[in-house]
Amino acid sequence: MSDMEEVAGPEGPVAPHRVIGTPPPTPRLLGSGHGAEDGGTGHGTEVEPAEERLPAEPEYPTHAKNAEKVVAASFVLAFLAGCGFIAAYIGLEVHSVDAVFRSNLALGLSLSVALLGLGFGAVIWVRHIMPDAEVVEERHALRSTDAERAAFAEYFSEATGASQFVKRPIIRRTLMLATLPLAAIPIVALRDLGPLPGTSLRHTVWSPGRRLLVYGTNQPITPAEFSAPGSMITIVPDGYQDDLDALAKAAVIIIKFRPGELNVPTRTNGSTVIGTMNWTVDNIVAYSKICTHVGCPAALYEQTTHHILCPCHQSTFDATTGATVIFGPAPRPLPQLPMTVDAEGYLVAKSDFTQPVGPSFWERG
Amino acid sequence: MSESLDVPKALSGTGSWLDDRFHGARGLRVFMRKVFPDHWSFLLGEIALWSFVLLLLTGTFLALFFVPSAGEVVYHGSYTKLDGISMSQAYQSTLNISFDIRAGLLMREIHHWAADLFMAALTIHMLRVFFTGAYRKPREINWLIGIGLFTLGLLEGLFGYSLPDDQLSGAGLRIFEGVLQGIPIVGTYAAFFLFNGPFPGDSIIPRLYILHVFLIPGLILALITAHLFIMVHQKHTQMPAKGNTENNVVGQPFFPYFMAKGGAWFFFIFGALALLATFAQINPIWLYGPYNPVQISSASQPDFYMGILEGALRVMPAWEWNFLGHTISFSVLIPAAIPFGIIFTGAGLWPFFEQWATGDRSWHNINDRPRNAPIRTATGIAAVVFYGVLWAEGANDVIADFVQIPLYTVTWIARVLVFVGPAIGFYVTRRICLGLQRKDAEMLEHGLETGVIRQMPNGEFVEIHRPVTEDERAILEAKRPSALMPTAGSEDDNGVPSPEVSGTLGRARAIANRGFAETVVVETNGHGNGHGNGHGPADEHVAVPAGGGPAELPGGGDGEDGESGES
Repeated sequence: MSDMEEVAGPEGPVAPHRVIGTPPPTPRLLGSGHGAEDGGTGHGTEVEPAEERLPAEPEYPTHAKNAEKVVAASFVLAFLAGCGFIAAYIGLEVHSVDAVFRSNLALGLSLSVALLGLGFGAVIWVRHIMPDAEVVEERHALRSTDAERAAFAEYFSEATGASQFVKRPIIRRTLMLATLPLAAIPIVALRDLGPLPGTSLRHTVWSPGRRLLVYGTNQPITPAEFSAPGSMITIVPDGYQDDLDALAKAAVIIIKFRPGELNVPTRTNGSTVIGTMNWTVDNIVAYSKICTHVGCPAALYEQTTHHILCPCHQSTFDATTGATVIFGPAPRPLPQLPMTVDAEGYLVAKSDFTQPVGPSFWERG
Repeated sequence: MSESLDVPKALSGTGSWLDDRFHGARGLRVFMRKVFPDHWSFLLGEIALWSFVLLLLTGTFLALFFVPSAGEVVYHGSYTKLDGISMSQAYQSTLNISFDIRAGLLMREIHHWAADLFMAALTIHMLRVFFTGAYRKPREINWLIGIGLFTLGLLEGLFGYSLPDDQLSGAGLRIFEGVLQGIPIVGTYAAFFLFNGPFPGDSIIPRLYILHVFLIPGLILALITAHLFIMVHQKHTQMPAKGNTENNVVGQPFFPYFMAKGGAWFFFIFGALALLATFAQINPIWLYGPYNPVQISSASQPDFYMGILEGALRVMPAWEWNFLGHTISFSVLIPAAIPFGIIFTGAGLWPFFEQWATGDRSWHNINDRPRNAPIRTATGIAAVVFYGVLWAEGANDVIADFVQIPLYTVTWIARVLVFVGPAIGFYVTRRICLGLQRKDAEMLEHGLETGVIRQMPNGEFVEIHRPVTEDERAILEAKRPSALMPTAGSEDDNGVPSPEVSGTLGRARAIANRGFAETVVVETNGHGNGHGNGHGPADEHVAVPAGGGPAELPGGGDGEDGESGES
């Protein structure tokens, strides 16, 4: 069947081969059967007798006979395995982890055997049963002949002249003018893909008095409840614990230190304070969890060295000194969240971060 | 016998019916007999082709069940460990495909493995084409299409594995967004437009979905079609062998041989992927959990083809400029742009650079043996080392854990190796190529060692050498070194400066030409001229081939100006 399916397809690559003007390929027709169907277009007369024939029989008939059995056996195996796939599909339930793994094993194994059986059979067939043949085909120059190129150029200038494109600049220029806005439309029409960034990258949802909730339990926390030195927990802002857009910027880690270990120097960016001991509560410090490199959560904390490590690209921050960068590609310390306690003794934000959190961006400054 | 074979009526009838309408008999006749050269390395591109076919098939199946939406749902499905957890519909539907659709998990795993195989096959296929010089005239356009396919494949893979919205892929998207933000001037806007506001938003999954299932595969399909049509039109290259010339193509006809082999190859690849999907679990998204920007797992690695970008991000020190109120983050920009920039731009320009440096304008249908083009092979290996170092650095945490050395040490080693490694790779490869050429020259001159030792009447032991066979000789003599241009700034016999090597560009060209023309003289047919007996570097010469080089070049040089080639 396959040669019929290909009737239309291969026309493409073969036809231009001749159109370009390489020497006409020798129109060769093997045997009589195909030529007779040629509908009287005349090509059947161009048969070139010189072409070598493919051998009809394999060199070693006994060997081929044995190979035939192997091929048939592997096709039968493929058939059985294919049936096995259908049986497994019908017979095996899914809907639980164990059942899915059983089903996957049966389906995958039967499918593999069916496919490999087909492949194996086909390879044995072509290598051990089909008679070995080597055919030599001449390559034709890809370059057109000078005459063809000249004919092309001649018609091109003839046709260009007929189009009057060159002679009438007003048409040419207005045509180009007309296409300009059309070319811009695909860009312009994408404007509503998203809002302008504005200042949104500079702010998070943290605001004065907003409670720090423990990620996972969503409960507020007092300094007394977080009293084990060396521990680190993840904090989300009260009211936004399920808002992924807010959390992508506002996630915070708090770390508890032994007295004297924590020493955040007061740092400023112009007149803005960006890090100070005044924002810590009872040797607890809060840093943005969003890495200043490309925004992964800096989630690993090593108690003995007080290093915060981002697992994505290994930016390492020293928690004791204001999360300053000690290794890796992050360009800035993790911003510190100003923190205090409210009337009920819970940890709350003193304000939003005083600098943008997360990765660098052009307008950050 | 074939001529006595009766064509069944159904077949001949349908054939006639179609031919009445398409005039297909003649073209199809040519195509059926189209010759395909046989070499194992010609199957590499086919792996990519069949992987892509499987990606379309399995991808269509998955798309029937996948819900490309960030809409939040609470899960109460078959995977009870995530019962009651909030997640996106994308993640939920991926769980459903895995646990509630029969053969769904198998299809997911075949799809993922096929994507990895597609990229791996493209990579190896491109290396094969590069190292054998198959990109040379007339195939430069197909080489460029290949680079385009590789780039699209990267994006297609990245967008594809981001769709299930699991913890690992979400982290990948976050990095993608962070890198996007780092682009000067337009970065913030690009990120906000792509994500429809701040990360992660609700829009990214449906947007990636349409890119992943429609736009990019459409482009890939179009480029693959162009790639194949050009390949068929220009005919395949072939390896050097007896009877193979620049003007013929030797192999087996498409029908029935190549068709059967190609079909078998498809089944083998499909079967291998099915085996992998069955026994080598990939991307078990149910273990990762739904994406939450607050969480991350350690040892987060992307799929292997993104490893070089990941490694580049990891190897980079923290460089950032603040000036005039703006931030330029080199620690993001350089890793994102430079490694692939160097490799893709370099690969794209290479055929034209080589043509310029060698002055070779002829067509090449016989592939080079890598040893016979030392500069090309050495450059290719340098690129492979560069890629490999960054790729390995992408798993620096895993490496550090595995060999028990500090993480930062691994990164520092990579920082040094990324510069030193390619240089060493270049030098060593060039030496190896020249050494192998010397061995070839020796084999041509003295024949092959047989391992048979004979004692001469005077007591001397000699090893019997047998002369090379005709087939071996055809391969050994396949070297076609570049023609040598005049040295930089040199003059011809009449005292006129050679135009092609004057000026700064001309001098650069003369130097590049010297590199490309470097070769070990192969003595043909035993009538040697005293060179190339293969006993050390002193015998190496830049030599002009007897007649193999292109004829367009004037001058061509002689033995004297060849001495400078080896340094």
